[in-house]
Amino acid sequence: MSDITSQSLFELTSNIKEKKLSSEEITKAFINRAEKSKKLNVYVTDNFEKAIDQSKKFDSNPNLDSKLPGIPIAVKDLFCTNGVRTTAGSKILNNFVPTYESTVTHNLWSNGAILLGKLNCDEFAMGSSNETSFFGNVQNPVGENLVPGGSSGGSSAAVAANLTPVTIGTDTGGSIRQPASFTGTVGLKPTYGSCSRYGIVAFASSLDQAGPMTKNVRDCSMLLEVISSFDQKDSTSIDYKRNNYSKELSKDIKGKKIGIPKEYRVDNMPDEIEKLWKNGISYAKDCGAEIIDISLPHTNYALPTYYIVAPAEASSNLARYDGVKYGFRSPGQNLIEMYEKTRSEGFGDEVKRRIMIGTYVLSSGYYDAYYLKAQKVRQLIKKDFDDAFSKVDAILTPSTPSSAFKIGEKTNDPVSMYLNDIFTVPINLAGLPGISIPAGKDKNNYPLGLQVIGKPFDEQNILNISYALEDKINFKNDISDWWLSE
Amino acid sequence: MSIDLKTVKHISKLARISIDDEKANKLKGDLNNIFEFIEKLNELNTDNVQALTSIAETTLRFRKDEIKSENIREKILKNSPEENKDFFVVPKVVE
Repeated sequence: MSDITSQSLFELTSNIKEKKLSSEEITKAFINRAEKSKKLNVYVTDNFEKAIDQSKKFDSNPNLDSKLPGIPIAVKDLFCTNGVRTTAGSKILNNFVPTYESTVTHNLWSNGAILLGKLNCDEFAMGSSNETSFFGNVQNPVGENLVPGGSSGGSSAAVAANLTPVTIGTDTGGSIRQPASFTGTVGLKPTYGSCSRYGIVAFASSLDQAGPMTKNVRDCSMLLEVISSFDQKDSTSIDYKRNNYSKELSKDIKGKKIGIPKEYRVDNMPDEIEKLWKNGISYAKDCGAEIIDISLPHTNYALPTYYIVAPAEASSNLARYDGVKYGFRSPGQNLIEMYEKTRSEGFGDEVKRRIMIGTYVLSSGYYDAYYLKAQKVRQLIKKDFDDAFSKVDAILTPSTPSSAFKIGEKTNDPVSMYLNDIFTVPINLAGLPGISIPAGKDKNNYPLGLQVIGKPFDEQNILNISYALEDKINFKNDISDWWLSE
Repeated sequence: MSIDLKTVKHISKLARISIDDEKANKLKGDLNNIFEFIEKLNELNTDNVQALTSIAETTLRFRKDEIKSENIREKILKNSPEENKDFFVVPKVVE
């Protein structure tokens, strides 16, 4: 049997069901590796002691019919976990211990999983490199001083470094798919309304979705099956029949129509990414899919639209952090001064920048010019996809315009940082499902990903296409464990 | 169109985030770069386009008006920044 921590979720689950491994053995193996992996800085808060207790409890009376039997899982620190500190990577929530559980994490535990700990992320999920976290940057296991992507950077690094079998992240403009692409892992953003937003620290409510981040496509289907559910506590949760994604997973994509949007061929895109995309197209053909050229004419307007809509919603959502009822408080002579000092000292620079953008575009006299304009363009972007999906079953694009970059390389230029999300943002604006799978490497041997975009609620189809492509691509991450200490 | 220092200070007031002059100047530069990038939207004529206000095409559900909550007073006060058994404490508001 291969080393415990390098096993997939599917393998671990089978080994537990066949009683070849106990939950305690697995949990201790991941904790042991985490103790030696502090250099990566993936954990904000660990739950190791409780996790061991819970694994012993599971082993004493194992429910082997559950979908995640005794499987230890670390999650992004944006999910509220009852009794376990939840920071959203921010000083302003540094001491916040929720007294309730998010619905998606509740789904994990009720299916037998055990919380390993909370993973680092960009502050309030605002960032593409995990460098805006109050708890410091995360190292990408792929190479030293390389960002793991963001905002779910602790999550992507933890999966790639075998510190958790799988994890869940959140994706507002690419925060699952871009870090997955940077670390050679799989990340899926579900259709808006598939996974409950209840108990997730809100960033931009019309865009946020939770989703699985895993080593491979099969694990991704297993985890999606658990976290996707209708929830009364989220008014935008949609009541529809969800598939048994792992059961219906199939490599048979014969006759599927896959669209290739010409607008995703952007200026200065490295040749390697063009080549990666071409390879993906030819693999899809080999699998019997039909390739169709399509156009998504408003693609170039997606990022500017996003940088109005997301900050506007964020400025509204983050108004609640005022130092009154929970979180960090900086004392003031009066109430207003307390608010202003609390928010000034409690938020980091990128979060303040986005609150300022959002406040400006919603302020009197500018609402029509910016916010309303952006909502109209968002309609056009959505219509592009509606038109495309009348001709094709799915769309294939690169996940990101580059591979992982060095820590510090883009921190002084917000716009160049924002450009990272050029291929992922349109999907959030249109509320569609998208998955990034590792598809190759650049000249530095850093991973690159391909993105498969689907129709609303058609996660099964993009999983199947990814499953077929994954088999042809046969990607190997070969990470050297350079960060391990004794 | 460009954002001046006075506007930056006005927005920071609206956002209830105090900033000093140095930070305000830095923010002015950042915001102008970002808005230059956003101005691209003006290339598009959207006169006859309906604004997209909700991506999930559902109408809000009604529920029965019944009390479900248990007594969660203690839970709600648990993360209060200043210790007080029964209330949230803030600086004096009424003189």
